[in-house]
Amino acid sequence: MTTRIPDCSPGQRSRGTRLLHELAHCRAGDKGDTSILSLFAYRADDFPLLVERVTAEAVAAHLEHLVHGEVRRHVLPKLCALQFTCEHALGSGVTTSLALDTHGKSLSFALLAMTIETLENR
Amino acid sequence: MPRPRTLRIGCGAGFQGDRIDPAVILAAQGRLDWLVLECLAERTVAAAQLRRLADPDQGYDPLLRARMVALLPLLKRSRCRMISNLGAANPIAAGRAVVAIAQELGLALKVAVVTGDDVLDRLDPDAPTLETGQPVREYGPLISASAYLGADAILPAIATGADVIITGRVADPSLFLAPMVHAFGWPLDDPKLLARGTVIGHLLECAGQLTGGYFADPGFKDVRDLAHLGFPFCDVEPDGNGTLGKVPGTGGAITMRTVKEQLLYEVVDPTAYVTPDVVADLGTVDLVDLGEDRIRVSNADGLSRTGTLKVSVGYRAGWIGEGEISYAGPNARARAELASAVLHERLHHDLPDLRIDLIGIDSMHRTCFGLAGDPYEVRLRAVASGHARALAERVGLEVEALYTNGPAGGGGARRWVSERVGIVSTLMPRDAVRSSVVRLSTGRPAAAGPASLPGTGDLAP
Repeated sequence: MTTRIPDCSPGQRSRGTRLLHELAHCRAGDKGDTSILSLFAYRADDFPLLVERVTAEAVAAHLEHLVHGEVRRHVLPKLCALQFTCEHALGSGVTTSLALDTHGKSLSFALLAMTIETLENR
Repeated sequence: MPRPRTLRIGCGAGFQGDRIDPAVILAAQGRLDWLVLECLAERTVAAAQLRRLADPDQGYDPLLRARMVALLPLLKRSRCRMISNLGAANPIAAGRAVVAIAQELGLALKVAVVTGDDVLDRLDPDAPTLETGQPVREYGPLISASAYLGADAILPAIATGADVIITGRVADPSLFLAPMVHAFGWPLDDPKLLARGTVIGHLLECAGQLTGGYFADPGFKDVRDLAHLGFPFCDVEPDGNGTLGKVPGTGGAITMRTVKEQLLYEVVDPTAYVTPDVVADLGTVDLVDLGEDRIRVSNADGLSRTGTLKVSVGYRAGWIGEGEISYAGPNARARAELASAVLHERLHHDLPDLRIDLIGIDSMHRTCFGLAGDPYEVRLRAVASGHARALAERVGLEVEALYTNGPAGGGGARRWVSERVGIVSTLMPRDAVRSSVVRLSTGRPAAAGPASLPGTGDLAP
């Protein structure tokens, strides 16, 4: 499995910031009106940066157009993973939502579109 | 009967409409003891219940015939048994259909059907829903109420020696846990063993999502031969630890990354993954990469099962109408936005939940997070719900009317209307739910007893 650091239009982001997509992978799941986003550091060395920057509050702010309820975070160090539980995120749930993506299957990449500051930039 | 050293359980379907050819490869070449087909989603049972109401012989998985015709002859040849929840809203009718197909194919077959998940007759209409706390009766006319049965409901069916076990609503991991409990004689009050088996079941239950499906991201997470994705199996050991794998030569991959993604998939609280059998702590799991698509899963732990079962309640939720039309070339976005304003003005009074998306701009995430410029083409999608079909239908008709009455260059209009089934969840005390097993067979002499059937032993080669 190859992982390349992409050409990421340096003009669009200030120095010391990274697109989450470069650092982590993510899978979205759903239960009722709750979207569950599992975020995994590609490299264990980057996990502390994710823990520091990708907080429940930061995710709630980033996904403000989509998530209308509480965002909770679980930290799973054994898996280098963060699990985000986002309530009222699926337009009332997969069976009644008017959204095109009723399950929120694509929301993993909404989270990966988040920009975070690196730790040197504190 | 001697206990096996390992039990190989494969997953041949991860959702209702899943591919059949990977299951055929598993059944023919996987040297499985058990093949599990997981074919139900939250919405599937309620939709199936509507089909059963229309025809009492229907209400099971519409792909049952195609799956059985492809798999039954292989199961008999491979001495492999099958468990599937494709009974959906009518497991008995599904069991009869399986027997009829076996007869057509000239196979002697024993089927055991697990019933008891349908609890609509004893659902308390004042029971609060897990989603909002509102009583279920406030949602709309009820169609179905299905309790999530556990492994304990499947065990008596396995004990009949049946080749094929058909269920309705059963918690997905329980479909996998039951054969482990049976083969290894696990006590149903040992949370550690049940948690381990449940974790393996949870990893397998979405089939291709463990082997590289729902995963590939070119340049970041590449997957070999995605077009021929193989489905997974696990070699489970008597202590509940196990090793995941797939048939050599199939596409996809089982890696630490695919397994980690699936381990946490759809889990609201990873420290307390609640099933009818156990409350598993997924944070305790150890994963070790053994190479060549083999990952060892071990050391899961958990707590004893809860006193309630989750019940999925389906209700009639009116109608939904949709329409789509595209704009392309210079100023496409502005023309799509004009069309959107026209639709809003003409529909929002009668259809207050009208939603208009511009596909290519904001349909999936309601924003593009500043990452995109205007695309060359835009597809407008309008959708709304209505209590009556004719009302919901107006959405698509108004979109179609944009051909001659809307902005310049609108093309490719399509429209749909469909009945909507809503799902909410509630809890029911365990003792209110009674499961039972119905035995069916092809009635040939060979089906008389397990000793004369090649596929009924717990021990495969």
